Amino acid sequence: MKNKKELAIALFFTLNGALAILILTGIFYLLLSNSFYAWRDVGFWRFLTGLEWRPAGFSHSLYGIRTLIVGTLMVTAGSMIIAVPLGIGCAAYLAEVASPIEREIIKPVVEVLAAVPSVVLGFFGIVVLSPLLAKVFNLPNGLNALNGSILLALMSLPTIISIAEDALAAVPREYKEASLALGANRVQTLRHVLLPAAGSGVTAAVMLGVGRAIGETMTVIMATGNALKSPTGYFSSVRTLTATIAIELGEVPYNTTHYYALFAIGFVLFTMTFAVSLLADIFLHRASEVGKR
Amino acid sequence: MFNSEERIEINVENLNLYYGKFQALKSVDIYIKKNQVTALIGPSGCGKSTFLRTLNRLNDLIESVKIEGSITINGEDIYDKNCDVVTLRKKVGMVFQKPNPFPKTIYENVAYGPRIHGINDRKTLNIIVEKSLREAALWDEVKDDLNRSAMRLSGGQQQRLCIARVLAVEPDVVLMDEPTSALDPIATQKIEDLIRDLKKKFTIVIVTHNMQQAARISDTTVFFLNGEVIEIGSTELLFTRPKNPKTEDYITGKFG
Repeated sequence: MKNKKELAIALFFTLNGALAILILTGIFYLLLSNSFYAWRDVGFWRFLTGLEWRPAGFSHSLYGIRTLIVGTLMVTAGSMIIAVPLGIGCAAYLAEVASPIEREIIKPVVEVLAAVPSVVLGFFGIVVLSPLLAKVFNLPNGLNALNGSILLALMSLPTIISIAEDALAAVPREYKEASLALGANRVQTLRHVLLPAAGSGVTAAVMLGVGRAIGETMTVIMATGNALKSPTGYFSSVRTLTATIAIELGEVPYNTTHYYALFAIGFVLFTMTFAVSLLADIFLHRASEVGKR
Repeated sequence: MFNSEERIEINVENLNLYYGKFQALKSVDIYIKKNQVTALIGPSGCGKSTFLRTLNRLNDLIESVKIEGSITINGEDIYDKNCDVVTLRKKVGMVFQKPNPFPKTIYENVAYGPRIHGINDRKTLNIIVEKSLREAALWDEVKDDLNRSAMRLSGGQQQRLCIARVLAVEPDVVLMDEPTSALDPIATQKIEDLIRDLKKKFTIVIVTHNMQQAARISDTTVFFLNGEVIEIGSTELLFTRPKNPKTEDYITGKFG
């Protein structure tokens, strides 16, 4: 009797686990099978490397996503340039310098930052950041890659801070004491002992931040201007992969090359985020191995 | 026995230490002689480790600690406002209970201290690393591959590496907090031999749970109980003719 019950419970959890895998493979299959039609019509390399995305071309349509990939990479890289030093710095402050009271205040604030809906951040980008950037850098408008980068940095900061702080806090106390007992000050201890020891965890934090930034849609649609021309710098308007899908999928006629091409963009995006998550996972795994000694 | 070199290096007077409201050390008076091994013994929680950590101000890390009284090392009050903790910790090194090498190479572990104190010249560092590893009786076992991770050494080797790491900053005093409690008997014996050797150059203060160890290696023994110093004296006398009945009860194993 008891055996049957245990078996049922085991089965229940197995099914739950299997469901997650099933859904993931389902999405993968859906994206890939539809992408094939796009690649058949356009050609795989021309799709990936083509400069122009002109689905409603007058004489003929063009489906090249290089500009979009560049847009996504620019905005992601820009956001990381801002968020990584800030995030690791904040994590280090929380883990090593902050008094318990400061920690009690800062940590929830950071978590609330994670809870701000992306559309609200986009709103902030349009109403506050855009005029500000236009004024400071003397631009016609502030809807550009820089604006998107700043907003994405804000979005990925909580992830980076909390995971990097966990990694720093997990460094055995003995390392810190050994370093301080040798006459090192706090900054030296942090730089030469704690951060290297927490290296894998901190890297994982950055990777997860990258994943967050690549996949983000609403904020970048609102903040980056979405122009379909090759960007010339961070003051150019850019269009990301995510924005393209979100903008166009609602209006595209079904079962056209355009429709399939959007799926193919989805597939590219999925591959990118998957690779980043996988890397993060490998680093996190390595971090826990180090912790075990 | 009556060596004129027997100079007092550390002098502790009327030291009181509180963790919040709990008083962990009660008017402790201790002298520690230069180039001797001083053993601190007593049951768990009697304050001996806490006392050890007052000597390099490692207790400063704990928020709620309050310290009264005076500790002078070489005549300098280490709790004076003008005392620089970095300089103090350079002079007073510490070896911990659990071997705690950094997750770096053997070389980097030993070179860490000199580096943070501003020595970056590779040749000088090489010399310091070799000298320290020799002093810690580890050189012959690791000289072939100094770039190996310290984590791959055995526990006893790791502890000797930690000793080498301390010696590399050339301290006057080496504090040891139960340095052999995590080691097997053979590794323990090696460390004990090393301690006997090191006292020629350094003043050593060692906390130990093991009374035989204290008897074997120390010159002076301090018996702590409930945060108080019950007895302090030459190891030989303290173990053979203790003055205080509580000391006798402890060393004969009536409690502990």
